[in-house]
Amino acid sequence: MSSTYGGPETGSVAATSSTLGLRAPRRLTRSRAGRMTLRLLLYGVAVFIFVLPLWTLVATAFSGGLARLGQVMLLPKHATFGNLTQAWNLGVARGLLNSVVVAVVGLTLQLTVSTLAAHALARRRFRGSTVVLLLILATMMMPEEVIAVPLFQVLGKIPQPFTGGTLVNSYAGLTLPLVGWALPVFVLTGFMRRIPLELEEAARVDGASDFRILTRIIVPLCLPALGTCAVFGFLMIWDQYLLPLLVAQSPDMNTLTVVVTSLQASQEQGEGVKLAAVLVLMVPGVLVYLGLQRLFERGLLSGSLKG
Amino acid sequence: MPWLYLAPVLVFIGVFKLWPTIWGVYLSFFHVRPYLGNQYVAGANYQRAFSDPDLRAAVVHTVIDAVGAVAGSILVGFALALLLEGPARHLRILRTAVFLPTVVAMVAAASLWQTLLYPSRYGAVNSLLGAFGAGPAPFLSSTHSSLASVILIQVWKNAPYDMVIFVAGLAGIDRQLYEAAHIDGAGALQRLRYVTLPSLRPITTIVLTLGIIRGLRVFTEIWVATSGGPAGSTQSVVTYIYQQFSENNDAGYAAAIGTLLLAVTIVLTCLNLWWRNRREAW
Repeated sequence: MSSTYGGPETGSVAATSSTLGLRAPRRLTRSRAGRMTLRLLLYGVAVFIFVLPLWTLVATAFSGGLARLGQVMLLPKHATFGNLTQAWNLGVARGLLNSVVVAVVGLTLQLTVSTLAAHALARRRFRGSTVVLLLILATMMMPEEVIAVPLFQVLGKIPQPFTGGTLVNSYAGLTLPLVGWALPVFVLTGFMRRIPLELEEAARVDGASDFRILTRIIVPLCLPALGTCAVFGFLMIWDQYLLPLLVAQSPDMNTLTVVVTSLQASQEQGEGVKLAAVLVLMVPGVLVYLGLQRLFERGLLSGSLKG
Repeated sequence: MPWLYLAPVLVFIGVFKLWPTIWGVYLSFFHVRPYLGNQYVAGANYQRAFSDPDLRAAVVHTVIDAVGAVAGSILVGFALALLLEGPARHLRILRTAVFLPTVVAMVAAASLWQTLLYPSRYGAVNSLLGAFGAGPAPFLSSTHSSLASVILIQVWKNAPYDMVIFVAGLAGIDRQLYEAAHIDGAGALQRLRYVTLPSLRPITTIVLTLGIIRGLRVFTEIWVATSGGPAGSTQSVVTYIYQQFSENNDAGYAAAIGTLLLAVTIVLTCLNLWWRNRREAW
């Protein structure tokens, strides 16, 4: 680590105005060139460790004719979509559909109920508001993995309208437990508190109803915060594993995470097919991150340590 | 009126968080028998938990895993932050690239590493080791290295997250501190030791304590990579709960362990808050 740290001393990263100190005099000495090389080498090591595994996944997923178990590719060999089509037909299509349904419905409900709650918590002092906040905070710390088994039994007690079944093995059972999440409530409450009251008062004088103020004034102003919440909410829902493992009882209800792990355990499929399924699971998260990076980083640093 | 707006979120939290929690505590006092009805057994499930050697082993694995993964992520994340911190364009691009493991779903990361750590000499990591004349190492498939391998997977996934937190922390350090230290003749290492590390201590403490408390409920990464094996060598508390429920059909015992884990989590969280408040009061 000391070598990493040694860079700024000799000014090799002077151009980046390192926080680690003053720029030292720029002297192109042999040691400076050495440290520059070392730095480039360390960049290479970081990329090798954190990015190359993901690249081999892509390359292997598109390679045909992998003979050996455990073999992965640095470059696609006999490039093919065959693995992807095969994985697609082995449940990935259905899993992707289920995961998308759960993510879209769950995220919409999550953002809606969080916005409503945040509006009440941000604007009104009422009896019990502190208790409500504490209650929501408590659920944030409540490990969902720990209540998974009793949650499964509770889902078995809740009847499903029309079908006569329970929430077990249903989309509702996969989705509804994910709706009440403390993180967006807190992020949105904090954000709404910073919106000037005068805006609302002006609208109220003009005769706008409370709900209209929320939908026409508050929500449009909250779009950046809502974007941040959407990114984190999506990743949280997409990551779900234990809940669908318990709730999905028939293969056609499996979400993508469950499909991927059951494919992973199969003896017949080669690494190409398995990793093609993993690729389908991985891509949405990466796209959301790369597309909405600014929203993502803001959320990450606004004190919202992963909930 | 405010209650109208709060009602939906409270209903969802009530039905899907509070009810299961209370139901879990209730269930923990019963012997749950499918089709035969539940039988009240008082504290028998808890007695069993305290004398269950498998559970004790699972607790030990869980603590090792939580501490190892969190401490490892902090160390690697800090090293990455020192290496990649700065406003330059190439550093931004490198940080974005290195951050990718964090946004990959845990199931995807664990599956990928299960493949990369394939225990024959054709496995990706083993063929790399082979190039240096080492290996093949059994990684996940040996009781001696399975827990360490699982920890490595978690460090790979979580270190970039800690990197971003440390990058923000580094950027927030008052530059004058460095100048003062420099004028006083402090070398690079001394500035690291006496300026950087103390400035980052608060954030490191938060990441460490929250990470360890959260790590006690590790499930997905272990279940996907090893299913708790081989020979129970990576069994964690939550994988054990899941096994008791899904394989042994013993929901009462599973609920009792869950309740204990919940109690430990609550106690540790309160201790952590209390300790942090006390420090701030000084």
